[in-house]
Amino acid sequence: MLEQNIRVKAKDVSFYYGQKRALKDLNINFFTNKVTAFIGPSGCGKSTFIRLLNKMNDLIPNTRAEGKILLDDENILDKKVDAVKIRRKIGMVFQKPNPFPKSIFQNVAYGLELCSMSKKEMERVVEESLQKAALWNEVKDRLRDNALGLSGGQQQRLCIARCLAVEPEVILFDEPCASLDPISTSKIEELILELKKQYTIVIVTHNMQQAARVSDWTAFMYIGELIEFSPTKEIFVVPKEKKTQEYLSGRFG
Amino acid sequence: MFSFKERAIKFIFSCLAFSCLLFLLAIVVILFWQGAPLFSYMDFSQFFFGKSWYPTSQPPEFGIFPLISGSLIVTLGAMVVCVPLGIGSALYIYELSGPNSKKILKPIVEILGSIPSIVFGFFALTIAAPAIQQFFNIPTGLCALTASIILGIMAIPTITSISEDALSFVPNSFREASYALGANKFQTLFKVTIPAAASGISTSVILGMSRIVGETMTVLMVSGGAAVITSSFFSPVRPMTATIAAEMGEAAFGSLHYQALFAIALVLFMTTLVFNVIAERISQKYALKLGANR
Amino acid sequence: MKNIIIEKTGFFLITMCIAITGLFLALLIYFIVSNGINVLSFEFLTQPPKNSMTAGGVAPAIVGSFYLTVGAVIVALPLGLACAIYLNEYSPKGLVASAIRISVNNLAGVPSVVFGLFGLAFFVKFLGFGISILSGSLTLAILILPAIISTSQEALSAVPNSIREASLALGATHSQTIRKAVLPCAFSAILTGVILSIARAAGETAPILFTAAAFYKRDYPDSIFSETMALPYHIYALMTEGTSPDKQVAIAYGCALILLLIVLVISAGAIVLRNKYRRQNA
Repeated sequence: MLEQNIRVKAKDVSFYYGQKRALKDLNINFFTNKVTAFIGPSGCGKSTFIRLLNKMNDLIPNTRAEGKILLDDENILDKKVDAVKIRRKIGMVFQKPNPFPKSIFQNVAYGLELCSMSKKEMERVVEESLQKAALWNEVKDRLRDNALGLSGGQQQRLCIARCLAVEPEVILFDEPCASLDPISTSKIEELILELKKQYTIVIVTHNMQQAARVSDWTAFMYIGELIEFSPTKEIFVVPKEKKTQEYLSGRFG
Repeated sequence: MFSFKERAIKFIFSCLAFSCLLFLLAIVVILFWQGAPLFSYMDFSQFFFGKSWYPTSQPPEFGIFPLISGSLIVTLGAMVVCVPLGIGSALYIYELSGPNSKKILKPIVEILGSIPSIVFGFFALTIAAPAIQQFFNIPTGLCALTASIILGIMAIPTITSISEDALSFVPNSFREASYALGANKFQTLFKVTIPAAASGISTSVILGMSRIVGETMTVLMVSGGAAVITSSFFSPVRPMTATIAAEMGEAAFGSLHYQALFAIALVLFMTTLVFNVIAERISQKYALKLGANR
Repeated sequence: MKNIIIEKTGFFLITMCIAITGLFLALLIYFIVSNGINVLSFEFLTQPPKNSMTAGGVAPAIVGSFYLTVGAVIVALPLGLACAIYLNEYSPKGLVASAIRISVNNLAGVPSVVFGLFGLAFFVKFLGFGISILSGSLTLAILILPAIISTSQEALSAVPNSIREASLALGATHSQTIRKAVLPCAFSAILTGVILSIARAAGETAPILFTAAAFYKRDYPDSIFSETMALPYHIYALMTEGTSPDKQVAIAYGCALILLLIVLVISAGAIVLRNKYRRQNA
């Protein structure tokens, strides 16, 4: 991979919960218009790591990060960097669908209302985002209905649309299908493959098959360390590390 | 979090919260400030155990023992009314009412809990006192008994509502275990559910008691107003709250009488504070006890 | 067989408990409604009292109660809500926060007459507001403040963290998150607490006894510094002062009925609202 295709670059990243070190010297690059998947047993730090990318861990008291995560030559981990600005560039979709208890329209428009935008423009962006999230046809006649009335899979796609509306460059998915049924899951996976044409995507998943299906690069983490980072095609066929091989063959985790 | 505006907003909220705290603390400070000077005139034992309350005679006497005894007798009587009726009603709502009537009964209990005390006092004065006077054939219906009954009824919604919450909080698995061993409904209720909810029920009783001790308008209207030590439910009494409400209007600002009334308020404040702390302790223990099972 | 008899008797006694309670409360409501309903009329609600409280209406008392209650809510709501937001969203573990928590917990059970004395010493005398709507409203505000803080704080803490995360992840600032995501979610629960506090403030007598209430005023209050009549106090005054008890009792029944209706309707509204959103959230 060429250096200019790197969208986000993490260098020697460590993270502490109080005294406990949860991440140890992670080095990883995320490439433009590629999907990078994080796999590993629960508690290995994959979620902790991707939450560093959009400064969500700032909200947890008594934590500390070391190292650098560079986005456009700016170190995200620097305390002085504005979290709001970073989060507008790096969007996030969470494990459990978390729509606001508002209408479908208001949910997608939430991020737009934060900056001033004309009503017409807003309606256009909402429709566009819902279409990109493959939800428009299902909800176009009931945009004023409460979002909590949607099914779980629809809610998650709404959360994706909501994230797309603020026009991020990178999208983080934190186990987006953990609480969804197989049909909804496959819809979200299709969507991710569609979205990578425009965005840089990072996904955390419990499900190795899912990583194999959607990602271009796969990172395997174990107890706070990055064990292996290779193209997905290689890691599932010929893992370089013994730990990776053991995990992939189901010996632990 | 980094912008000036965000910091300014946080600062404003801190200021508002802090002023809230000041207001709440001011209550304690003011009570002490206004009430404490009394004790340079007399000592604690004279105040608490003095047998006569003659605030306007020369020299005035500020022994609150008769007032304390008035509060005690009325509270005691009210507890006799409200504890069985309150808990019994809670048991009925919990165990015997169907799911539909439960949905109606619970809110009704809560709504009745918001009836103002002046309405109870008015009812007591116009209806209950004459009825009690006739029924027991006593010289006046304005006595400890009337006050007790009315206060007892007033506290029932508090007790019922909190007890019922405590009962429904008991995990269903406890009851199922008991049923599976062949116990009937009544045995399960008394041997399993009530013991499991015991601390919640005692909390409700303490909070009900706290409400009775602090109740003012009702006792002011129906307790009869005599500041004498008595052990009879049929004689008029003058609880602490009624004394404050009745005499504050006449006490000159800053006078000994005024200070004495603030000192009584302090006693009331401390009493309810103690009740509150006990109730909180119990419910904390309770949370620990059931916490493991949920 | 013995078990069945015990069970039957036990359940009979329990049923009697609720029957007696219900009977008492039904009697109370019956007497107040049946005696008060004859007094109620358009004039009663809209006219000031006449012939030294023996005739006419109680409009100034209704208006006075309205001012006192509204005043209390205007002061207590922003203060209490801001306090709750600070407790839950800004500094849940700070020193000020725990001090507030302790005072709120312990002041909730303090008798209302004690609040009345505080109002007398602090607002009426120390700050020099005199016996006035202002003093009365402020006293009532302090009385309902603990309840408003604790219900609002509970409402805020019931908002799941995922809502806050969702909002922050979309690039909202902390204050935008509170205003646009957290508060709307907690709105109906906060509203319930506030409405219940309104019912409480409207019905309280002891706190306004020395801070705001006047037995007889021919006019409506004209500023926040004037004394005022108030419904609950008016009932008390009618029963304990004045010259012609018979005529006054009739008026007192009318006042009691109005007060009862106001308070019951307000709190019923609050509880219906609460049960509705509880069902929604379940």
